[in-house]
Amino acid sequence: MTAGRERELRELLASMNASPGWADPRNALVPFGDFPQLHFARLVMLVDSTLADVQAYGLPPPRLPVYLAFIGDCDGSAPACLADLARRAGDGLRAIFAHCEGFQGELLAWMRSRDQRPAACYTNWVGRTVLQIREEAALQQLLSAQVNRTPLMSIAEAQQRRRGLRHYAQSQIAAGRLRLTSASPTPLGWWLAKVFNAIGMVLAGVVALPFLIALLPFLAIRLRTLETTDPEICPPPDPQALLELQQLEDYDVTNQYTALGSVKPGLFRRWLMTVVLTAIQFTCRHIFTRGYLARVQTIHFARWLYLDQKTRMLFTSNYDGGHQNYMDDFINKVAWGLNLVFSNGIGWPQTAWLIRRGARREHRFKYFQRRHQIPTQVWYKAYPGLTLIDLERNARIRAGLERNRMSDREALAWLQLL
Amino acid sequence: MSRVELDDIQGLVRFAYKNLTEAVFLLLQVRDAVAARAWLAQVAPANAVSRIPPPSTAVQIALTSQGLRALGIDADTINAFSSEFVAGMAGDSSRSRRLGDLGSSDPSQWQWGASDRLPDAAVLLYAAPGRLEDLQRTIETQCSSGFQIIERLATSDMGGREPFGFVDGISQPELDWDRKRPAQDSTQLTYINLSCLGEFLLGYPNEYGLYTPRPLLAPSKDRLGILPRAEDATDCADLGRNGSYLVIRQLRQNVPAFWQALDQYVRGVAADRDLLAAALVGRTLSGEPLEPVQDAASESSATSVTVPPPQFNAFDYRSDPQGTRCPLGAHVRRANPRNADFPPGSGPILSRLARTLGLNATARTLDLEASTRFHRLLRRGREYGVSMTTAEALASQSDVRDQGLQFICLNANLQRQFEFVQSAWLMGSKFDGLHDESDPLLGNRIADKGGLSTDNLSLPQADGPCRRLTSLPQFITVLGGAYLFLPGIRALRFLSSAHA
Repeated sequence: MTAGRERELRELLASMNASPGWADPRNALVPFGDFPQLHFARLVMLVDSTLADVQAYGLPPPRLPVYLAFIGDCDGSAPACLADLARRAGDGLRAIFAHCEGFQGELLAWMRSRDQRPAACYTNWVGRTVLQIREEAALQQLLSAQVNRTPLMSIAEAQQRRRGLRHYAQSQIAAGRLRLTSASPTPLGWWLAKVFNAIGMVLAGVVALPFLIALLPFLAIRLRTLETTDPEICPPPDPQALLELQQLEDYDVTNQYTALGSVKPGLFRRWLMTVVLTAIQFTCRHIFTRGYLARVQTIHFARWLYLDQKTRMLFTSNYDGGHQNYMDDFINKVAWGLNLVFSNGIGWPQTAWLIRRGARREHRFKYFQRRHQIPTQVWYKAYPGLTLIDLERNARIRAGLERNRMSDREALAWLQLL
Repeated sequence: MSRVELDDIQGLVRFAYKNLTEAVFLLLQVRDAVAARAWLAQVAPANAVSRIPPPSTAVQIALTSQGLRALGIDADTINAFSSEFVAGMAGDSSRSRRLGDLGSSDPSQWQWGASDRLPDAAVLLYAAPGRLEDLQRTIETQCSSGFQIIERLATSDMGGREPFGFVDGISQPELDWDRKRPAQDSTQLTYINLSCLGEFLLGYPNEYGLYTPRPLLAPSKDRLGILPRAEDATDCADLGRNGSYLVIRQLRQNVPAFWQALDQYVRGVAADRDLLAAALVGRTLSGEPLEPVQDAASESSATSVTVPPPQFNAFDYRSDPQGTRCPLGAHVRRANPRNADFPPGSGPILSRLARTLGLNATARTLDLEASTRFHRLLRRGREYGVSMTTAEALASQSDVRDQGLQFICLNANLQRQFEFVQSAWLMGSKFDGLHDESDPLLGNRIADKGGLSTDNLSLPQADGPCRRLTSLPQFITVLGGAYLFLPGIRALRFLSSAHA
């Protein structure tokens, strides 16, 4: 961002919102609602109030510019989405990016030149499109309103009721009141890239393993030394800053989270972080693609992005429920996973053997994460009111509707989804 | 490990004072700080030591953050309390949004608790039958030079039932007074009702084995040595120790609306009406849970409603994951889902690993809600107004009588306990995978973003799709509320001493 134009940009971004932090889908600058491939989007000014934390290591605070991040989660290819945005919201984007250093020339080329590839990226359900989500939500509404809710006389009646609902859905489709578009085929290139990636990563792991095992004692000693000496920086967040964050939350059943912080100095932490994020990226691409990230089932999309030659990290997510619920999940369900990544950040509550303690130290962790969280000026969600559990249930309703044969038990279970 | 100083803890933490059936809660504002401190210094709150026979009156004192300021406590000390306490229940619109205090329950509509009607202190008076009037007169006279009374929250004895007619106050956490539970962070695989003291009292380890942040003062600030030292920082005076946060909310209950709505759903069939009411609440009118209890040997007698049998609290929902006996969204199931830290399952280390990584699909469906032991409340509410029978409620033409609950609960962490239970569990329209519904009793019935309604209730059936109640009217309106600090008795002395 151009120094001195922060306030002006803040006002411009606020003009895109229907309520604080919640984008009007038809705002004049970037009418997100006109882009049917877009699940979530955000514009956030990366103001880092914790840069001075490196002083705990005797280092001078770095002088870094404030970045503006434009982040979206879309169906299909990201470059195509970016091109679509440049084509149909070009004027608005130009007005926004005019507040950035070196913005000139062709918008799309400029955006591409600044595109940052995240170190790791999580998608709750790979392949579920906005169109599918909306159509299945409409289906659920129709069938739930239509289903006969009296107890079944016999289990065989379940089939009969399902058939009735199938006819009903077909009549609704015929009348143009319901659409169920079939999924477009997954591009072959995408599959091949995924398979090659899996094979390549496993091979790399196999090759690296003996070296890691040989080095393990040294790495363990180094880790314990750092864990016992790294400073904790977990003061309570400033009440005003906390209020500013809370004023952007809980308008919908889903919320946004953006946090920023510095990576601990030294090669060990840098490499450890790289290895951990590579592993996370691998699991998010090959294992956690169907509704859950370990025990957490409330995250739609999450990203880990290095900034400034891996000296800082940005974490963004879209999660269901309130902030307190999100933090509760983090502490009680996946503290070990948080510790793996974020204990490489300056000030993280002290860990033991990389995965223990850390985020389990409730207040230190809660203070730490709120202190590093920054307000997200503009946030868009394509399906307000719906959580991931809704999306999964609706998808199962549709899948059950389209199945030709089902046992009596399965038909009953399907009816119970309604 | 030091013993628990029962004589330094206000009695409400340990007792509900059920034998003191008369009570009134005075809400005060400081008129004169010197006189206010002088009165607080000489008042004797009842402590938590058991007495035989029990005392016939009890006075309890709690203060808001505004009250601490009015008494002249310095800002650094106040700001070391939890941020929710410092900001107050009606402190900002984002908190009201989280708590569901919207529409007719919005703080702008409150009778007390917002703007200039925020109390500095609450004096809770409890007395045996016939003894309250004298006690109240004495206390009001004594405190009048320092305080003005902005509200007298009356209570009435409805024989252990709340105004809708249900036996109330059955589920309570049991406090570990003997400090038997080790102060450590370990995974609990089953639901237990025993809570670490630190969940309800500051200055003791909580369920994470940690001490909740609270004002720890340099000894120079406590020159008279009034305060206890902190267990976790022995060079500091612990202003929080033996204290708790007290949440008070005046909830008006529209009893005619409740029974008339149910009557409409069941088309006037009285037996079905009671069954449906039990499904909304998750207990029968006499307090019996809808799940099989662990020890059903001793049958309860319907007459002793004031003391529900202990087995009414000895159950969980593991054998009813679909909610076919007790709906997932029933009030008591939302308020206390009775689950453990980990989804149920058995097997060796591999099964545990699979559940840790989320790889077990069955476990995932049972893992939607947070672990209960971190979200418990110690409830100390009292009913108010004139009770009404079901028949009167059904016949009532007028909209609403002023009756309801002076809800009070105690907890050590307002954010993780009261606010979490209220926002994520009771108000949450997606609790435990549900949709389009919030708490059937407490819900404000305001639609979610995207226009999805929250005024429904699903009643799962084993032999068909769930039954669904739609267009539930609003039964409860919040008339006022506040976050207070219920200090330890030495802490109260300290706060009322001139140099605090």
